[in-house]
Amino acid sequence: MKKGGRKFSALVVDDDQVIRNFEEKLLARFELETKVVKNGEEALKLFREGYTFDVVVMDMEMPVKNGPEWYGGTCRPLVQATRALRAMGVDCMIVGVTSRGDGPEKAELEAAGLNCCWEKPLNDKIVRTILDELAKKSS
Amino acid sequence: MQRQLANMKQTLFDQGYLDEQFIQLEELQDDANPNFVEEVVTLYYRDSARLIQNIEQALEKSPLDFSKLECLMHQFKGSSSSIGAKRVKSECTQFKEHCRVGNADGCKRTFQQLKKEYATLKKKVEVYFQFARQIGPVEKACRSK
Repeated sequence: MKKGGRKFSALVVDDDQVIRNFEEKLLARFELETKVVKNGEEALKLFREGYTFDVVVMDMEMPVKNGPEWYGGTCRPLVQATRALRAMGVDCMIVGVTSRGDGPEKAELEAAGLNCCWEKPLNDKIVRTILDELAKKSS
Repeated sequence: MQRQLANMKQTLFDQGYLDEQFIQLEELQDDANPNFVEEVVTLYYRDSARLIQNIEQALEKSPLDFSKLECLMHQFKGSSSSIGAKRVKSECTQFKEHCRVGNADGCKRTFQQLKKEYATLKKKVEVYFQFARQIGPVEKACRSK
């Protein structure tokens, strides 16, 4: 699926290498040019360096490993990352991938500027839905 | 040989070891990435060994830090579900439940069960991949889509 000849681009943000690996391949299969990073910090860095993406796919709970303790069980780092991206003026689609389903965190994330979230793991149906959304936006 | 491989795979599905996600992985395998599934699964076992160790250590503490355990298990569940490790995933869910209600014995018991499922799956997929490698690329031609 292309946008006037150009491919859509995606940024995967996930602290698990197995998942980064898998999501990168899955998105590439759908012809998305994909970059992968380990956490919110690295994602922000890319945007600051001038990279742009059509969609950012983020794991809902990413413990901040270089923090003094696990943030475990909350989406705090993700809320912060989403807010920071939006504050920078990043207006592309931001999608969360979770295994927690519906919860209070979801509302907080949407308030922070997350477009939507889905159950983990990412699969071809979800990618197709994302592509449909992107195609609608660009038309 | 083809049928044998297909049967092996079917058995793994019928016995609940693997789920849909494994098929997703297979669909991503192609000539450019002929060993994609095996690579992903190998990476999973390598990465998760560390997580298992961390969980083990955390389970030896007293009293247990349930929220840390839940967080570690959450990570483990995420990886496991991305390769389609169905039984391992359900043990993870059980473990998290025990954490939620602060059931230390439940956690320890479920973890033993989880390790068993994890090891069993590893052996089974190793056999499967070994066999698949012997058959080689011919297998792809027979894959229906």
